[in-house]
Amino acid sequence: MSRVDWQQYCSNEFYDELMAAPGMPREAARMLCDVLAGFAPSELAERKTAAEIAIRTMGITFTVYSEGSMIDRAWPFDIVPRIIPADEWRRTEAGLVQRVEALNLFIDDLYHDQKVIKDGVLPAEVLAKSVNFRPQCVGIDPPHGVWAHICGSDLVRGDDGTLYVLEDNLRIPSGVSYMLENRNVTKRVLPELFSSGRILPVDDYVPQLYDMLVSMSPRHSDDPQVVVLTPGIYNSAYYEHAYLAQQMGVQLVQGSDLMVDGDDVVYMRTVRGLTRVDVIYRRIDDDFLDPEAFRKDSVLGVPGLMRAWRSGNVALANAPGAGVADDKVVYAFVPELIRYYLDQEPLLANVPSYLCMREEDRRYVLDHLDQLVVKPANESGGYGMLMGPHATREEREAFAERIKADPRNYMAQPMLKLSTTPTLFDGRPEPRHVDLRPFILSGQGSTYVTTGGLTRVALNKGSLVVNSSQGGGSKDTWIVETEMVETGVVEPGLAETRLTETGGY
Amino acid sequence: MPMLSRVAENLYWMARYVERAEDTARLVNVTNHLMLDLPRRQPLMWSAVVDITGGSEDFANLYDQPNDRNVMQFLCADQRNPGSILSALAQARENLRTTRDVVPREVWEATNQLYMTACAQSEAGLGHGRSELFLKQIISGCQMMRGLVEGTLSYGTARTFMVLGRQIERADMTTRILDVRSGSLLSRGPDDIRPFEHLQWMSVLKSLTAYQMYRQHVRLRVRATDVLTFLLQDQNLPRSVTRSLWDASRALMSLPRHERALAAVTQVRADVAEADVGGLVRSPEGLHDFINDLQIGLGDLHDAIRRTYFTPLEAALQMSAA
Repeated sequence: MSRVDWQQYCSNEFYDELMAAPGMPREAARMLCDVLAGFAPSELAERKTAAEIAIRTMGITFTVYSEGSMIDRAWPFDIVPRIIPADEWRRTEAGLVQRVEALNLFIDDLYHDQKVIKDGVLPAEVLAKSVNFRPQCVGIDPPHGVWAHICGSDLVRGDDGTLYVLEDNLRIPSGVSYMLENRNVTKRVLPELFSSGRILPVDDYVPQLYDMLVSMSPRHSDDPQVVVLTPGIYNSAYYEHAYLAQQMGVQLVQGSDLMVDGDDVVYMRTVRGLTRVDVIYRRIDDDFLDPEAFRKDSVLGVPGLMRAWRSGNVALANAPGAGVADDKVVYAFVPELIRYYLDQEPLLANVPSYLCMREEDRRYVLDHLDQLVVKPANESGGYGMLMGPHATREEREAFAERIKADPRNYMAQPMLKLSTTPTLFDGRPEPRHVDLRPFILSGQGSTYVTTGGLTRVALNKGSLVVNSSQGGGSKDTWIVETEMVETGVVEPGLAETRLTETGGY
Repeated sequence: MPMLSRVAENLYWMARYVERAEDTARLVNVTNHLMLDLPRRQPLMWSAVVDITGGSEDFANLYDQPNDRNVMQFLCADQRNPGSILSALAQARENLRTTRDVVPREVWEATNQLYMTACAQSEAGLGHGRSELFLKQIISGCQMMRGLVEGTLSYGTARTFMVLGRQIERADMTTRILDVRSGSLLSRGPDDIRPFEHLQWMSVLKSLTAYQMYRQHVRLRVRATDVLTFLLQDQNLPRSVTRSLWDASRALMSLPRHERALAAVTQVRADVAEADVGGLVRSPEGLHDFINDLQIGLGDLHDAIRRTYFTPLEAALQMSAA
């Protein structure tokens, strides 16, 4: 085995996140590539092993179901970080803020006047057939008018180098804990790279999340009771639920720990007796949240929770019904929604999309099924999709029938040439496809975006599937300053003036 | 921040499981050593060890011979035995996994690491050369975990419930060891070989890592009455029944609504303090009955804690209505 030789690294027709051409790192990645090339093969192997040990001892896991049993798996991780230059990230960040602000205005509008439909921007049919629109939420005013407090938007880079928004997850997006843990592991494994001070920190997320949750409290006390509501240890994201509760220093509760009394107030059962709950960061789907309002058979939720929320006695993040904007058909309208609600041009591009409800688009989709990815409107996690170029003829024909039977439920996009990034296999970097999920917090009058996000990587050669349940892994994401930022030097004259002003009588 | 009932229950049991794993490891290790000193014909001891852990029935269903290999496997590594070291560690880990948010991360990491080590070791086999290492690692792993709790977890409800679980399990284990071991020792006739009895009382002390402390504090040759008095009534020995119960009482007093549980523990403490140890040594049946009563008392204590702090709300409401 030889040292890392970047001349040998080639991602062919794909845009590569780190390498402009074989042997030529992009500016932001130069330091990293040099350091890796300087490692002896044994050293590189040691770093990789150190990462594996760190993950095992830190117990960073995710849960998969396999033939009815539950397995807690070590988080698959690659030590070579993915790098984005800070100036590009600042533009992306602005685009995400704009997008989520428009989406929150849109959701609020849908549950109130529905001006967007009356003004002909969104076809009534889209709303009429939306499975995530909750009539139970009509007329409700959540604090600060915000519905999607936590949004996880998926970004992908095409072969032209443009970052596209692939979808917005506004129900209960997960992955942020892995973003934070990836950084912890990388700091342990490649500490020398952090000494330059150019890699922007990611630690701010948890305090931001906590402050946002506190600001939603209906009771104006100094110490509102915030909890994280989990479906329990069998949920694939349980690790994350526990992690966030722990990092925020709040209780991690299950439905059975909570109860709603006759006055529509939420309590939790503690060793002292019943204690009032003010804010719930819920990680349970709408459907299972409250058997009184949604699915009657749910044992995960809390009977009466919707009553308490409607009465304003408890705040829920994300608000029930926020998933209406998660719809992949609504997604296609987001650029229009940004223009409509904010009177601004979208800063981030959508992936070109065809809506099967439009006759012209549908005809195109049916004629080009072998080139397109077709998605149902309201699935998540990659379920129910048709990957046209990889499907058999029979599969495509069967899918065509489904589209014709329910055109509103399907949209299609060209097969994207996702960007690649170097990922270690047998001590050698090989190109693997990646996406990126930043997390956006919307609170009282401010919107916060994580520094970068969770980079997911398709570990199988040539694969585009990045979901961890399907052979995907992840890596740390670095937002790197390429130019040294000017340090703020105070002009001598100004400092003197201040001095006289304060000491001046 | 008041603690969730479910979390309190988890931590209580987590501490019990860790204590159980450690105590079982001590017991098996000491028995191993004792067996090396005893002549082959000595009937003893392996089935007595299974009896101590309350696993006789499960053992009979799973194995034919109570020989050292089978008993070791059953007590250390058999996940079908809910009382095995590996099962206890798996339970402790699972309990902590669901309550990771309330204890320092290092505690979880240590528990996770201990479980993984135990799995790897037991998979590699627990043959004669290896069992000592395995058991010592379990003991030191449990000690380390507890040390981390001691040194990092705030004095608050989480710690209180862990102390309660640990001390009740410890008292329970000590009484079990006394019951089975002393039963087999006391019932023997006067013609029996004395040197081995001495060895066996030493092993009772060693099962509780109390031999050195006994030497320091009792300064007599190892005799039944003194050993029993020391293990039941000594106020300073960490694994004596009296000390365990005293620590449990103190923990209870820091909790709200403790009246019922405190009454239960006070009763058991009084029973131990008032015991006529000399009389119990003369009557093996009397000792057995006495320890049986202590076990019932510990059961009542556990029940009082469960009803006060862990019971689901619906049941609690029904209880108060009834």
